[in-house]
Amino acid sequence: MTKKPSLYFSASQVTMVRLVWMTVAAILALMIIFPLLWMTSISFKTAQDAFSPTLLPASPTFGNFTYVITEVPFVRYMANSLFVSATVTVVALFFHSMAGYALARLRFPGRELIFLAIFSTLLVSLPVIIVPLFIIVRAMGMLNTYAGIIVPSIFNAFGIFLLRQYYLSLPREIEEAAVIDGAGYWRIYWSVILPLSKPILAALAILFFLANWNAFLWPLTVASDQDLWVVQVGIANFKSEYSAAWNYMMAASTIVAIPTLVLFLIFQRQIMDSIKTSGLK
Amino acid sequence: MARVDIDNVVKRYGTVQVVHGVSTAIEDGEFVILVGPSGCGKSTLLRMIAGLEHVSGGTVSIDGEVVNDVAPKDRNIAMVFQNYALYPHMTVAQNMAFSLKLAGVSRQEMQAKVGNAARTLGLETLLDRFPGQLSGGQRQRVAMGRAIVRDPEVFLFDEPLSNLDAKLRVQMRAEIKALHQRLKTTTIYVTHDQVEAMTMADRIVVMRDGIIEQVGTPLDLYDTPANLFVAGFLGSPTMNFIEGRIEGGRFLNDDGVSIAAPGGLPEAPVIAGIRPNLVGLADKGSPFEVLVVEPTGAETQLVLQAGKTQLVALVQGRVALQPGASVGITFDPAGLHLFDRRTGTRLPQMSPS
Repeated sequence: MTKKPSLYFSASQVTMVRLVWMTVAAILALMIIFPLLWMTSISFKTAQDAFSPTLLPASPTFGNFTYVITEVPFVRYMANSLFVSATVTVVALFFHSMAGYALARLRFPGRELIFLAIFSTLLVSLPVIIVPLFIIVRAMGMLNTYAGIIVPSIFNAFGIFLLRQYYLSLPREIEEAAVIDGAGYWRIYWSVILPLSKPILAALAILFFLANWNAFLWPLTVASDQDLWVVQVGIANFKSEYSAAWNYMMAASTIVAIPTLVLFLIFQRQIMDSIKTSGLK
Repeated sequence: MARVDIDNVVKRYGTVQVVHGVSTAIEDGEFVILVGPSGCGKSTLLRMIAGLEHVSGGTVSIDGEVVNDVAPKDRNIAMVFQNYALYPHMTVAQNMAFSLKLAGVSRQEMQAKVGNAARTLGLETLLDRFPGQLSGGQRQRVAMGRAIVRDPEVFLFDEPLSNLDAKLRVQMRAEIKALHQRLKTTTIYVTHDQVEAMTMADRIVVMRDGIIEQVGTPLDLYDTPANLFVAGFLGSPTMNFIEGRIEGGRFLNDDGVSIAAPGGLPEAPVIAGIRPNLVGLADKGSPFEVLVVEPTGAETQLVLQAGKTQLVALVQGRVALQPGASVGITFDPAGLHLFDRRTGTRLPQMSPS
């Protein structure tokens, strides 16, 4: 924002335009925030109260939360979700960054073809391949196992694609300097490339974690054993064919939303920190 | 320290050949500059010496040993890059110590070497900073420090000063030169800046289009350029070239230029080269019209024209001339270079005294 008085608009006009923009931004923010507020509101209401149109519960209660945590193995679902999401995120970022680096920098026959093949999988969504994927996972004996939930989620063309583009933009000379300093491929990857990819890895970590935290269809398909249920499956279970316990669902959803918010707050700072000027001009 | 031998080196990318069988030798402790316009193959040649590019033909030897298939780290060389190529996530000290760390050097030795290099380059107070917090000149010094700590046999510089501003460039030029005089390490330095080449090098290798045009000390190349390209590339302002012919022991052209030529030359069309500082003003000389007057204080640069011949003259002091004025021009015959008009090569003649 410049403090300089505009040459073309009077001060009142500038204020006016700013007010309009603020209003638009406020409306958009409200539209985003309202469902969250509504969710939180219902989670404090009693079952009878759940459909009342007031934002503030008439008789606020922690009963829903107590029910969700004590009567249903919800903590177990949370732990499952955390384990699955964290594992997928860490393993996927590790492999994706290596694949991205290889596709960006190493010269080997068929490199472009392999990249195109990986990239083309972005065009296919999960529901399209869910049946063959299920058959493969069953053939490998991974039904009702953590591996069955985790392994198929690790492959993701988006991360590989994004990292490859990022590595292409890194100055080659840094790597050449490392080669002259005596570093091999692995050392360059580990000591130079990985630390330099911190900003993009942080962003991808958030995306991956959230995507897996919110995953529903695949965990539902592959794990019928209730001990392996993830939170989203657990929440859906509050809803049966003829009725839905909205107050419990919203309490559960509120609990589930907390870790994602915390994660975002933590990583947001790290993203800011990582954006430092590079050693290059 | 070591000598570097380049023997008939060829570089091909696919079917495109960019370096065409180049041979030269760099003596132990020598400061050699590879200079030429962009795309002449000088950087490619340097990268082949470093081991960053594969050698398509011929051999590169360091200290008598062919290193074509030796990994860069085992060649005992260090390289300074144009854009510094520091590791942004490491401090200055870590940047300098990285190669030692990879070589498994002990902690004490590492600290001692980094400390020494930092003292040599005046970086002691910056060791804990990150590259992003340094100025261009400081970054360049760190890049040099990274090279020094390895105590290499050969230093390679790839246009290290081209990202710096003009003033800093002059200063760093002197620092690099001083560093070489102190360390006496064989140095190969690539630049497209002929002033850097003239001021820093023990010997200059002038390249064009993937071949070596001429090799020699800066003043050798300045005084006896082997061809039109070298003559025009070195020296500022650029040498004047005048088309004409040898006739009766003189160089003549249709626009009234007449200069005494060395004897024994066949009468043939030639190109005369004469440096602007050897063009003088005199009443009885060949008549020229003044086009531009550029005073720089200590000297004045004049752009002159007669017919189709255009010249630059660099005269000491100031001149009271206006554009459009007519002036007589003389040439110092001792500074006359003659080139074959067809091939562009220097005509055999006595070297100018």
